[in-house]
Amino acid sequence: MLLSIAWKNVWRNKLRSLIVIIAISLGLVGGIFSAAVMKGAAKDGVRGMIDNYISEIQIHQPLFKLNNETKYHIKNSNEFEKNIKNIEGVKSVSSRLKVTGMASSANSAVGVSINGINPEQEKLVTTIYKNILDSSGTYFETKSRNPAIISKRLAEKLKLRLRSKIILTFPTSDGSQIETAFKIIGVFKTTNSTYDKLNIYVNKSDLARLTGYSEDVSQEIAIRINKEASIDSIKSKISKNDSTLLVETWKDLVPTLAMSSGIMDQMILVFLIIILMALGFGIVNTMLMVVLERIKEIGMLMAVGMSKIRIFFMIMFETIFLSLVGGVIGMSISAVLIGYYNINGITFSGLDEAFEKFGYPTTIYPELEPTVYFTLSFLIILTGIIASIYPARKALKLNPVEALRSDA
Amino acid sequence: MKIIEVKNLNKIYHEGEINVHAVRGIDLVIEQGEFTAIVGPSGSGKTTLLNMIGGLDNPTEGEIVIDEINIGNLKSSQLTDFRMKNIGFVFQAYNLIPVLTAKENVEFIMHLQGKSKKERADRAIQLLEEVGLGERVNSRPSKLSGGQQQRVAVARALASKPKFILADEPTANLDSESTANLLDIMEKLNREENITFIFSTHDARVVNKARRVITIDDGKIMSDITK
Repeated sequence: MLLSIAWKNVWRNKLRSLIVIIAISLGLVGGIFSAAVMKGAAKDGVRGMIDNYISEIQIHQPLFKLNNETKYHIKNSNEFEKNIKNIEGVKSVSSRLKVTGMASSANSAVGVSINGINPEQEKLVTTIYKNILDSSGTYFETKSRNPAIISKRLAEKLKLRLRSKIILTFPTSDGSQIETAFKIIGVFKTTNSTYDKLNIYVNKSDLARLTGYSEDVSQEIAIRINKEASIDSIKSKISKNDSTLLVETWKDLVPTLAMSSGIMDQMILVFLIIILMALGFGIVNTMLMVVLERIKEIGMLMAVGMSKIRIFFMIMFETIFLSLVGGVIGMSISAVLIGYYNINGITFSGLDEAFEKFGYPTTIYPELEPTVYFTLSFLIILTGIIASIYPARKALKLNPVEALRSDA
Repeated sequence: MKIIEVKNLNKIYHEGEINVHAVRGIDLVIEQGEFTAIVGPSGSGKTTLLNMIGGLDNPTEGEIVIDEINIGNLKSSQLTDFRMKNIGFVFQAYNLIPVLTAKENVEFIMHLQGKSKKERADRAIQLLEEVGLGERVNSRPSKLSGGQQQRVAVARALASKPKFILADEPTANLDSESTANLLDIMEKLNREENITFIFSTHDARVVNKARRVITIDDGKIMSDITK
């Protein structure tokens, strides 16, 4: 009966309860949806980085990572690649001949990382081939001598266009420098402007020929794994294959991204707790009004023998119901909104540069794990309990005789 | 059989630096089955006396013994429990719970007493029928007239099977017809079921019905007449 009275009391002053419920709902919709956008952005950022550039695992000579010198390469990389492909959970592998050099045009010059790739193998590892812009060439399908694919951002910086020549200067295996013209056969654009400006893709065979390295040599091996596979277990199996090599997961390669993705859940939780705290004060205020309006009734309840603990729980249940109704409505609206935008995406036009600088796509697909809703339900109940303490204590301090004499 | 014994009861209120002596050395015995009216002008101390007998207010001095229990010795939580089990209250302003129906209002105290759902429902309907509201069991207080609300309050007061009922000016807000109706019901309950009623009142119609009239003025009993 206590629960029944508390529930009925919520609807005693419908307008006031509805205002509080709407406030809770809107606050939660704002909070949950923003959290879902943050989570979606972080996840898309990580996914974009893995898909476009770094893959789940990369292998290097330790000194290559340290000095970025081509001489620190992986020998017999074809054989090594085969061994890796045999590891359970590995989806695809691509080895890269990688040199650091200078890209120049008649207008400008810029330091770049030149990636000699096997285009077909690379297709299985990165999605650069999907990012060739419309009317901006092809992914190594155009027949040309020394073809190269560069990003739109680099092309703009060097004031180059499709089919322009780009001069690449890089070290050869004997330590000398070579300067060669490459023809731009494709222009791509990913969601990460920093990586875009730094990377140029050429045929591994061309780069091997020009640097004097064998095609069986690579500076970098990129690995994609199956969704359900354990990245750490694959990493340790690869390390066992050749303990002299440095095997790193995407978390090792981009620790800041890994960290931001890792702390996102905690950030979301803190964010939602702050919103609930703010809503809690509104609820306290409303419940105080409720208690002050019902002094006489509370006095009567005390007089007829309702214990203080029951009065306390009656007010607490009423507060919890009020919070829960707002919470359920807020969570339902949020779930619908997140579901819709998870399919259709939200495009933040005008903010492309700012987003892409940090590696986030401009179209974000908000998402939130169902567990967040469970945690949130618990937090809403907790907010209701905490918000009820002060008004309930106020009610308990009433003296039945004085309360019965009151006008309220 | 005596159910209430009041011994040398005093109540002094401190209003700022002024002490108000609301009840002055009252001695009183109420027997089972009485139909007693406590009368007196406003501020004479009758409501204070009733509140102290009901365990709602503490005396400054003196004792109230109900069914051989000195309620002054009970802790606050024990007193709450004691009120629930032994005393029925009828208030001037009815004080029903607005969100509950008449039946639910009557059931409420039985729920506090831990009675079963069936027992609660059966007794609530029986009591509402006794006070002439058998047809209005599912009406909320806002749909009932003042007289009907006060009859629900009487049914509620009876629900816990109390030793006596304290009614503080129960007819003050009622018209003549409702007053007569209510008094008839209470008198019938007193006569047929030997339920003890103690009223504080200004109302001559209540005084006329009462079999014992205690007049209080300035916190003291001025007369105690049994008809």
